[in-house]
Amino acid sequence: MGSVRFRTYHQVEGEDASRLGEQVAAQRERVQARLSGIGRVIAIMSGKGGVGKSYVTAALALGLARRLTGGVGVLDADLKGPTAARLLGATGPVRLDEEGAHPVLGREGLKVFSMDLLLEEGQPLRWNEPGHERFVWRGVLETGALREFLADVVWGPLDLLLVDLAPGADRLEDLAELVPDLAGALAVTIPSEESARSVERAMRSALQAKVRLLGVIENMSGYACGACGHTGALFPGQAGAELAQRFAIPLVAKIPFHPTPFPPAELATLSEAVAAVLP
Amino acid sequence: MKFLCIECDRQMEFEQRELPGDGTFGAAFRCPACGRRIALLANPMETQLVDALGVKIGGRTLTEEPLELVRSNVLGREEAFQEKPAPAGRPDWSPAAQERLGRVPGFVRGMVRKIYDEYALERRLSVITPEIMDQARTDLGLEGM
Repeated sequence: MGSVRFRTYHQVEGEDASRLGEQVAAQRERVQARLSGIGRVIAIMSGKGGVGKSYVTAALALGLARRLTGGVGVLDADLKGPTAARLLGATGPVRLDEEGAHPVLGREGLKVFSMDLLLEEGQPLRWNEPGHERFVWRGVLETGALREFLADVVWGPLDLLLVDLAPGADRLEDLAELVPDLAGALAVTIPSEESARSVERAMRSALQAKVRLLGVIENMSGYACGACGHTGALFPGQAGAELAQRFAIPLVAKIPFHPTPFPPAELATLSEAVAAVLP
Repeated sequence: MKFLCIECDRQMEFEQRELPGDGTFGAAFRCPACGRRIALLANPMETQLVDALGVKIGGRTLTEEPLELVRSNVLGREEAFQEKPAPAGRPDWSPAAQERLGRVPGFVRGMVRKIYDEYALERRLSVITPEIMDQARTDLGLEGM
């Protein structure tokens, strides 16, 4: 038998029979349409887990909700370790109707959506079968879930939507693709050198994805004594200042560890500092 | 993904999909010139990969439901959602169909019910039976429902 000659994909004119390109484009349009009433979408990112990124997101949301009268929303994009709903006092069930899935209201009237609202208490995120070769499709599903949290949640008009990303750089790149007019990202670190190295990588990825870095927030920047108010060192290092200098962006805030979360004075200071760097 | 009938040098057209319920997927394509048919057969991993993209081989026949991908794929909390009750004029469900619907996890049950309701309404079917559910799964490409 001789070799078979046939035309290649691009030589065969017209859409494929399933119109997959059109289906994907429609998904993107749904995201755009849903976010059209939102003034700014800002990502809260870190290259490292355990830096208190979700706490910072919650503190920012609570503080900014008092400043931005048009409303603030929080999308918890940490699908495997969701904590935003609980931190913000938002509980389900999630209301569904023709418009979509409605965000749950948390403290200060924040609109919150999180995988935490959908999972059984204490259970990890688990996907349906097949259980083998999960590595092939799991990342695609996670991106799809993020897309639906953006497109199918009835965010309504908001001044600001904060997206609390999982540690690492991957999700920020996904978010930047889904939200081309992403207003920027705030990087969260703790003072240690290890954190600086890890967060720096994520920040470089952000720049490669053409995401504007708005500033650095150093969390657990000392320990604030509940009795006398004195702040002492908690970790060695000055990662926040170093990263800010390296990327020529502001060190927006240094948040000490408090025994009691969300002290009002800190929320006011933090939100004022962040409001100053919002585009 | 395009299927080309080499003999006719024509792109084949989507004809039919099959979802046998074992996690695999099949789709038939037909050459508009010579009528030759081929079947695309996908294993569970390939089926899941396509599903994860939120697209349908052969084209989308249903309007996308809110959180369709999440509800279809996450093992979530039974009472996670509060859905509007079905409006009047919806088809009845036979006892066997109700029993089968009852086996669908609560996390996704409301969406599944709505899809079958609309399928039956469009076809002026007054009662949904397991046989109609099977036919709808194939017609609409409802893997795992």
